[in-house]
Amino acid sequence: MVGLLIDDVSMRFDLPNGGYVQALKNVTLDIKSGELMSVLGPSGCGKTTLLNIVAGFLAPTKGQINLNDSPVTGPSPERGMVFQQGALFEWMSVRDNVSFGPDMKGISRKESAERVEHLLDIVGLQDFKEKAVYELSGGMQQRVALARCLANEPDVILMDEPLGALDALTREKMQSLVLDLWKDTGKTIILITHSVEEALLLGERLLVMAPRPGRVHKEYRLPFADLGVGNDLREVKKHDDYASTREEILEMIWNMEEEIMGRAEEST
Amino acid sequence: MTGLLVLFLYTTAFFGTFLITSHLLRSYFQSDGFTKLKTVTFGDESAVSANRVASIVSILTVFWLWVAFTNSAIPLPKLPGPFQGEVTFIYTATLEDGSSDDATVSINVYREDIQQTVDFDGNPGRAPEAVEVEMGDGFAKNDSTTVARYGFKVINVWANDTVAKADGSAVTAINGQPIKPGQRIKIPEGEIGLTDKGTPTFSPATGLRMARLYLPAPEVVWQRFVDLMQDGYQGFTLWEHTYYSLYRVIAGFLMGALVGIPIGYAMGLTNWSRGWFDPIVEFMRPVPPLALIPLIIIWFGIDETGKIALLFLAALWIMIIAARSGVSGVAISKVHAAYSLGASKWQILSRVIVPNSLPEIFTGARVAMGVCWGTVVAAELVAAEVGLGKMIVVASKFQLTDIVVVGIILIGIIGFLIDVGMRALEKWLVPWKGRI
Repeated sequence: MVGLLIDDVSMRFDLPNGGYVQALKNVTLDIKSGELMSVLGPSGCGKTTLLNIVAGFLAPTKGQINLNDSPVTGPSPERGMVFQQGALFEWMSVRDNVSFGPDMKGISRKESAERVEHLLDIVGLQDFKEKAVYELSGGMQQRVALARCLANEPDVILMDEPLGALDALTREKMQSLVLDLWKDTGKTIILITHSVEEALLLGERLLVMAPRPGRVHKEYRLPFADLGVGNDLREVKKHDDYASTREEILEMIWNMEEEIMGRAEEST
Repeated sequence: MTGLLVLFLYTTAFFGTFLITSHLLRSYFQSDGFTKLKTVTFGDESAVSANRVASIVSILTVFWLWVAFTNSAIPLPKLPGPFQGEVTFIYTATLEDGSSDDATVSINVYREDIQQTVDFDGNPGRAPEAVEVEMGDGFAKNDSTTVARYGFKVINVWANDTVAKADGSAVTAINGQPIKPGQRIKIPEGEIGLTDKGTPTFSPATGLRMARLYLPAPEVVWQRFVDLMQDGYQGFTLWEHTYYSLYRVIAGFLMGALVGIPIGYAMGLTNWSRGWFDPIVEFMRPVPPLALIPLIIIWFGIDETGKIALLFLAALWIMIIAARSGVSGVAISKVHAAYSLGASKWQILSRVIVPNSLPEIFTGARVAMGVCWGTVVAAELVAAEVGLGKMIVVASKFQLTDIVVVGIILIGIIGFLIDVGMRALEKWLVPWKGRI
């Protein structure tokens, strides 16, 4: 079967005082190839843990991940990751950052150079390829991070709040870029975000997770990502269902947060 | 007393020159660029930059204080100097039968460093002989003697008298002022006293300047530097002294870095290495390298091996700790990113961990070079054939304070240049430091 299968994954962190935290409990998801799924949830619902397990940085205490029918046992170039702060290599130029993956694979200089040229064109950084990454703005750095991930031609792209640190305008531009890249490359993308709007706009499929224990609370199928490809995202926000869905999800997360607060108060 | 005076003058210079220069160079003292627009500068560290006028005035002030406290020939305001030249006093000798007689003592006070000076023909100066004086009449006769500045002279005034001290002649007054044994009388040119046994003494007024032995004047030090450049010292040229010290530092430091950095990386990367080296590093780190000198001398003797071994140990722990904290400073997201991009462990080390730890390693290297430079001088003080520290310690044994000062200034300048060089290297190799 082609796609990413998250099969009954649980994650338990033991605490030094003998207790434990159930970060994830029995999460099962079937993500088809080429799907763009956004994941929302209050803090502590295990979304970053889930992403780290899919990336292969953590092994789940129960269950397993299968990508195209082969089990995930560790990090691999077939699952690329984009981090919140870029995690760029500041000792390398923009070009060397983007060609890092191909270089590691031992792809010929010529081929990797072509790939880098092409990707820098797509993310609009052609003029900056010789620059040091610390000379770029935050938005540009995230573009480099995206290009670096794409240069490796992964099957799945995992994004951990990639736009969280950007200002609102840059963020909107980057959202369009992510949508265009998704359409152009047909990659499977899992995007974790704190922003309900972002999750709505970018999620073909939207997952709301609940905390304690971390689990899938509700799933949506949304039309906005398809509408947004190549279009003005502000127009998409005028869609009839947009506001109501947004309010519904906000209400849902708001209630979860309230519940957490209430429980915290009870226990004190 | 002198210390308080130095403090007072220095403090006065600090505030005084600020008031004067800020008035005269008003435009320079105004901040420029963006800082000009800041209304809050006190407490905003980024608004503070070094005032270069202050730096120049500061160096000039130190130079002036140096001149002011020495018998320098440089025409700058100086503190009152020591008395030099002819001085006379009259002593009254009284016999047991009550009869008394006056006689004059002439003293020639000459410069204490006369032997270190040269005349126009290049001959070294010599202490002057006492001048001939008329004996005068009465049983007490006039005397003549010499004493160096800052010196002290016991004057046997009876040497030419007709009645000796042993025959009952005693000094009872100086310049008409009655005096008893153990007492002293001040005159503008110095101090006249009687020893406990009644013999007159004279010590010329010293003023507030320091004798050449304690602090040589700047031009004396400069002259010594020029001489050292020509003739060297203790069989080695000044370059050789400097070269050997620098060679030891660089050799010891490089070996320390070569061994320390891999150990530091290992400690940052594997449990076994961290457990293995941790006790040694934690134990050796607080031991000052100087405390190892005796052991090093016992083991290696006083030749190059010993000193390089000492500097190796001085640099080693610093470099281990720098490399270890360099590894722990790598953001885990970068390591994750590299693994996700298909890097192997070896590639993670060479492409991510090593470059990412360079800023820390450079900070450590700067500290280590500073420590090594300080340690090499100290090690040479203890035992060496050649080197700047050796030059200083030998010179101090011969009371050649000017060579000591030349050595100290050279050590300071070289230490400063080492740091400037390291910073330039850092800027070149680690341009991203402090910018992420």
